[in-house]
Amino acid sequence: MMPGLSMGRFLGLSTLLLVPSLVVAAPALEGEIQKQATNWTAIGMFAIFVAGTLFITKWAASRTKSAADFYTAGGGITGFQNGLAIAGDYMSAASFLGISAAVMSNGYDGLIYSIGFLVGWPILTFLMAERLRNLGKFTFADVASFRFAQTPVRVFAASSTLVVVAFYLIAQMVGAGQLIKLLFGLEYWMAVVIVGALMMVYVLFGGMTATTWVQIIKACLLLGGASFMAFMVMMSVGFSPERLFAGAVQIKTDLALGAGQTPEEAAVAGQSIMGPGNFIKDPISAISFGMALMFGTAGLPHILMRFFTVPSAKEARKSVMWATVWIGYFYLLTFIIGFGAILFVLTNPSFLEADGGLIGGVNMAAVHLADAVGGNIFLGFMSAVAFATILAVVAGLTLSGASAVSHDIYSSVLRKGNADSATELRVSRITTIALGIIAVILGIAFEKQNIAFMVSLAFAVAASANFPVLFLSILWKDMTTRGAVIGGFLGLISSVLLTVLSPSVWEATLGNPAGSAPFPYTSPALFSMTLAFLGIWLFSVTDKSRRAAVDRAGFLAQQVRSETGIGASAASAH
Amino acid sequence: MQDSMLERIASDPNYQELRQKRLRFGWRLTIAMLVVYYGFITLIAFSKETLAARIGDGVMTWGIPIGFGVILFTIVITGVYVARANSEYDDLNERIKREALK
Repeated sequence: MMPGLSMGRFLGLSTLLLVPSLVVAAPALEGEIQKQATNWTAIGMFAIFVAGTLFITKWAASRTKSAADFYTAGGGITGFQNGLAIAGDYMSAASFLGISAAVMSNGYDGLIYSIGFLVGWPILTFLMAERLRNLGKFTFADVASFRFAQTPVRVFAASSTLVVVAFYLIAQMVGAGQLIKLLFGLEYWMAVVIVGALMMVYVLFGGMTATTWVQIIKACLLLGGASFMAFMVMMSVGFSPERLFAGAVQIKTDLALGAGQTPEEAAVAGQSIMGPGNFIKDPISAISFGMALMFGTAGLPHILMRFFTVPSAKEARKSVMWATVWIGYFYLLTFIIGFGAILFVLTNPSFLEADGGLIGGVNMAAVHLADAVGGNIFLGFMSAVAFATILAVVAGLTLSGASAVSHDIYSSVLRKGNADSATELRVSRITTIALGIIAVILGIAFEKQNIAFMVSLAFAVAASANFPVLFLSILWKDMTTRGAVIGGFLGLISSVLLTVLSPSVWEATLGNPAGSAPFPYTSPALFSMTLAFLGIWLFSVTDKSRRAAVDRAGFLAQQVRSETGIGASAASAH
Repeated sequence: MQDSMLERIASDPNYQELRQKRLRFGWRLTIAMLVVYYGFITLIAFSKETLAARIGDGVMTWGIPIGFGVILFTIVITGVYVARANSEYDDLNERIKREALK
């Protein structure tokens, strides 16, 4: 263990490893954040980004005339562009700063953690991406309700979308406020309001077109910046991985020696970053958490929505290919950056507090490294990119929440599909404003709360409610409306309930004593996903209603369309 | 879609071939991915020493190439599917569409 890192901080980091939204979970952001001096370089760079994206929004606004434009950019995004946008949705500030910090602190465990986020993409490609594109129009509920009774299935899909979006959004808002306070030296509330306001402008005026382009630009900036950092790190060791790792092990060993360990202990501590540590405690938590990440990816509404922005199944397939490439590449970079931080940040007193911890907290690893390898201008650039990242992710989430309300609830359930495009568009914009305001209020309300569980909950719900319903509705002939709705709600309710009963909420947030959580595992997915699948199966096979016959009879038409794309909704003409 | 056209497509041998081939291939690759990922997780859960074992005289452990290997495998297996779908499945699908719209 590193000297100066107290046990509490170390434990905090292990918790951090178990939650996707690392930024909000990291010790640095729990209570001990100090507002930094106002960073004018970073603010200047961010202002340039904002000006650029507002210009794009203006252009996008001129192309956003119908509901289809608003939800799916008129279906005119190419597979390559969409792949970058999907990767952008995934490469949040949390994963960039959090994973590189985790690698710096625990080495190999950071790699294990990031791999979990990658492995869901192939599954999505092999079984779902093309079929989703062929069946859907605007939201994943279009696919899930394709052959079923519209009202109940859409009510379910919209509910679980809103649950996923709400938790993900709160986590991002709180993370944004704290990160920006740290990087830019702005007040917390000011940061939250700026994020909320800009996000509303992008979504309201530019719809999916602006949201996608903001995401693409940010993905390029982030990949470019991270590549530069990794390159500088590798150059410093003559592009020899062995020298990189040996240097890091040496520094960790020296730090352990400095902390008063015997040479043997210190050597073990140093080498420990090269193998698995405490990340995986019990196999059940490991598998359950792995399932939440793997299948949650295939059930996140703001990601699924992106499959409708491309013109064909072929492009949908290409988008996941590119997304997988970029995300995999990104995780390799964060691994190198984490080791680079050991070499350049942990050894440089100007980045360290008196007790040996990082100035600003452990999540600042990549930010300090940016300073070390690229100087103040590059530091400002990476800080601006981190801000841009949050902005782009919240815009995508808000758009997805707004479409659940306007397309699924208003247009399909309340108006039975008879709403005209202009009215539907107006409802989505009103919802966007409402969601933006709610997000800002909740972001401020949750400032001091321990919200580390929120993103892992979002993944668990996506894996336990959205994924089973979507997956079986596409592939299983005998599924019925009743099975979809009961099974889906079982997954939704059980995943939320078990999360509340798990240590991360029961103990960390609600303040009950350690070890008292009724549900001892890290993630509910293993149990709640199983429950959802069983529920769908049981309530479908026992369903003898007239509706069930209609549902089953509709499978052939759905299958033909999902396989061939004949009848699939086309890109709208511009 | 009209019922007559639906039946024509459904009974088209090209359609049967496309559906079966793609589904079977998709499932095989899915299982391969699950085996690789959960194999990796199981290795971590039950035998941390294997991954922490050094390869040579340096600090490099087996865990590093294996971990990077999982990432690479994920990208490559996705590429394998996409390459096959882009050629074989899309060709079949074109034939089905031509047939159906005749």
